[in-house]
Amino acid sequence: MTLPFAIIAVLTIASAVAAMTLRDLVHCALSLTVTFAGLAAFYLQLDAQFVGFAQILVYIGAVAILIVFAVLLTRGSEPPLRSIFSSGWTVGVGIAVVVFGVLSRMILSSRLAEPREIPPTPEATVLQIGDQLMSRYVLPLEVVGVLLTAALIGAVIIALREKEALKP
Amino acid sequence: MTPLSQYLLVSALLFTIGLAGALTRRNAIMVLIGIELMLNAANLNFIAFWRYGPNPQALTGIMFVIFSIGVAAAEAAVGLALIISIYRHYQTANVDDITSMKG
Amino acid sequence: MAWALQNLWLIPALPLLAAALSALAKQRHRKFAASLAIGSLALALILSCVAFVTLLFHSGKGETVRMFHNFEWFRFGDTNVPGTALRLGWVLDPLTAVMLVMVCFVGLLIFIYSLGYMAHDENFTRFFCFLSLFAAAMLGVVIANNLLLLFICWELVGLTSYLLIGFWYHKPSAAAAAKKAFITTRIGDLALLLGMVWLYSQTGTLLFYDNGSGCLEQSTLIKMVAQTTSLGMAVSTGIALLIFCGAVGKSGQVPLHVWLPDAMEGPTPVSALIHAATMVAAGVFLVARVYPLMAISPETVSTALKVVTWVGVLTAVFAASIAVAQNDIKRILAYSTISQLGFMMMGLGVGGIAVGMFHLITHAFFKALLFMGAGSVIHGCHEEQDIRRLGGVRKYMPVTFATYAIGMMALSGVPIFFSGFWSKDDILHSAHAWQVSHWPFYLGLFGALLTAFYMTRQICYVFLGPFRSSGRKEVLTSSHSELDPEPSSRKLSEPPLAGWEPHESPRVMTVPLIILAVMTVLLAFIGTPAWRWFQSFLGEEKLKFDLSALTQPEVLWIMLLATAVAFLGIGLGWWLYGRTPVTKPEEVDVLERIWPDVLTVLRKKYYVDEIYEWSVVGFNAWWAKTCDSLDYWVWNGGIKLLSYAVIGLSWVNRFFDEKVVNFGFDEGCRRVTQGGSLMSRLQDGRVQHYLRVIGFALAVLVLFLIWGCRAS
Repeated sequence: MTLPFAIIAVLTIASAVAAMTLRDLVHCALSLTVTFAGLAAFYLQLDAQFVGFAQILVYIGAVAILIVFAVLLTRGSEPPLRSIFSSGWTVGVGIAVVVFGVLSRMILSSRLAEPREIPPTPEATVLQIGDQLMSRYVLPLEVVGVLLTAALIGAVIIALREKEALKP
Repeated sequence: MTPLSQYLLVSALLFTIGLAGALTRRNAIMVLIGIELMLNAANLNFIAFWRYGPNPQALTGIMFVIFSIGVAAAEAAVGLALIISIYRHYQTANVDDITSMKG
Repeated sequence: MAWALQNLWLIPALPLLAAALSALAKQRHRKFAASLAIGSLALALILSCVAFVTLLFHSGKGETVRMFHNFEWFRFGDTNVPGTALRLGWVLDPLTAVMLVMVCFVGLLIFIYSLGYMAHDENFTRFFCFLSLFAAAMLGVVIANNLLLLFICWELVGLTSYLLIGFWYHKPSAAAAAKKAFITTRIGDLALLLGMVWLYSQTGTLLFYDNGSGCLEQSTLIKMVAQTTSLGMAVSTGIALLIFCGAVGKSGQVPLHVWLPDAMEGPTPVSALIHAATMVAAGVFLVARVYPLMAISPETVSTALKVVTWVGVLTAVFAASIAVAQNDIKRILAYSTISQLGFMMMGLGVGGIAVGMFHLITHAFFKALLFMGAGSVIHGCHEEQDIRRLGGVRKYMPVTFATYAIGMMALSGVPIFFSGFWSKDDILHSAHAWQVSHWPFYLGLFGALLTAFYMTRQICYVFLGPFRSSGRKEVLTSSHSELDPEPSSRKLSEPPLAGWEPHESPRVMTVPLIILAVMTVLLAFIGTPAWRWFQSFLGEEKLKFDLSALTQPEVLWIMLLATAVAFLGIGLGWWLYGRTPVTKPEEVDVLERIWPDVLTVLRKKYYVDEIYEWSVVGFNAWWAKTCDSLDYWVWNGGIKLLSYAVIGLSWVNRFFDEKVVNFGFDEGCRRVTQGGSLMSRLQDGRVQHYLRVIGFALAVLVLFLIWGCRAS
């Protein structure tokens, strides 16, 4: 384990825990942003530069802001009166622990855990990515385009304030 | 370089944290945040495997993650729009109180 | 084959056709029905006369001419095997011929008489239909050559008798009388049927005459008399006795005589035709028909004929004694008929076919005359039948009186001009010559005395003296009256109401009376010892005209004895009843004053009816009740038990179905519903619960797969 990795890992995990456990939703959203940033650092470390920047652009720049907007629109900024955890939260935590146990056991006991040769650094430039997008992955590209259009329209329609639902 | 398993462990941990949050937090937005976290953990998993995989030159991992990010963003948008609409209807964003779909 | 023989079947067929057509006619087609009946019987009479003449040409030689025609009715076996076909046929012999002419002639006169007698009855058409049917059946009995065909027509005759006795069926007494007649004759017919079956089993044929193989022909008879039954009597005797039982029922011999007096409930033409002249004579005719079977025997006189004679004698005296005490005009004549039938049977037994048949023929004429005369009196005196309420009818109905007197004299045996004397004399002559016993002779004389006596009594009561009915409702004193049992005070007879007097009957009724009276006289001359034409015609002896036969000692003294007896009877009657005629209806009968107990027994007909009622009818009623209660309690009870068992079973079934099956099924469904409602709690609408389940399922699934992979 190298040092940068360790620092980024700790940062990411800490902020993730904070994002999940803080009382104020805005704080959670901001912690989430830090988590996204940590992940972007991971991507950079793994020679996936484009993805890292995409992560920052999309997640931090859009999704986190969106979450903040949603929190504001649903008055989540006011401190909740009751517990932040739903009923039976221990069950949820237990399940999560079990899942983690399974996953980690799998990871640690597989052949992937043995040290192995690392392939040489790939050339993951924008040029190559674009080239791949337009040749091999053109269909998913178009589909995602349609999906994003649909999501856009759908979100607008869902969130549209109906005239009758207006309350004074 | 750090071994693959450590990346995977971190990803698993992030996934677990996201799962725990989605399963335990009362607010619907928190559930969505947990889901985003899980998705991100999965993305990390993909990139790790791509980098340490047999053929990183094919850029498979990166492609997948790009699409995943796109879809996740769309899904977050729609999900939050839904939560806003539900909030308008029920005056609450508590998942415990929204039980009209019960069988 | 002679034309007459070929067409002999038309004689009964024509009245049958008339009956069928009248049955289809409505009640208002009176002229149609009457003309059909009279016309068909007139045609039958003509045909009978033709047949009679045909036979006349062949007779006189002292041997019997017999023509017959047999045909096959149906076959029930192989063509070549004999005895597998039912053959019927008709026979034309002197016996048949005289019966045909008599039945048709007397029947025709009575049909014409009925035109007047039943003119006011609304069921006129039905009456003539039944009369025609009767005529057809009676003529069928006469010409039948097969015992089965005879039996069929015999039963038809019985049926029409029932229908005609109960003609006024709404009267309970008439309906009861009809039933009594039918059932009583049925008892005799049962024996006849048994005899028939036995005969068939013995001889294989029921044909009387069949070119040597018929059951009345010599070869068959010899076979039958040779065999003996287990009781020691010859087969022929057994069969003959059974057949005679049928005759006993139909001809009203003791003990089956009880139906004849009650049969007077029918209209008077019916009484005249059926119960005087023809149907009751059918029994005598049957005995005459099967006479060869009755007579054949190794002894001089066969057992069967002995039985016939004794039954006849008993009946003759028995009925004559009862007639002395009767007060209904028709009942006196009914008992007289029974008595004379006894005489006929006696004649058949002691003297043979000709003797019995001669009396039958003469009796038919004068008895029909007497009945029709009685009917005329009843009609003229406004339906009055009790002789105590009549009297002096001579003044009002002279023609009726004259003809009635002729009939009465014939019946009583007044000599020379009246046929009854000669036929009765024949019987007495044969009885005297009977080798078995002289008792029939003495009892026959006694019976003749009684006959003369009661007929004189009847004439004195009805025709002589003052007219006793005044039109007012009179009630006769209780203890001696059969008609009105309520006691009442004595009432003096008063002069009749205006318009209540008797009147002479119309010509359509008196002309037949006159014709019959003439025939009664004429018939006297065909059977006298001087010229025994009738007997020779029937084949018994050669015909010769010999006046000196009258003066032969053994013939003469019997004739004188019979004459003396007849006059003695008439004299006694006149002495007791004619000299001091009865003036009041309540007046007690002279004889009754002398011997009240004897007269009571006689009037009650020796209590025979009461005995039958107590024994036979009582037993029948008891048996019927027993069977009914058996049916109700045992069979019915059994079935009820069975049904209860089934109901119980079905109740168990229902219980099982409801409590076990339904319950089980319902419980199962309830459990499923409960399970369903339990399971639906999983769907509580809370998203996080769903997520938790998914998470848990993921973990479990992965564990399974990993460990599964690891293991394999």
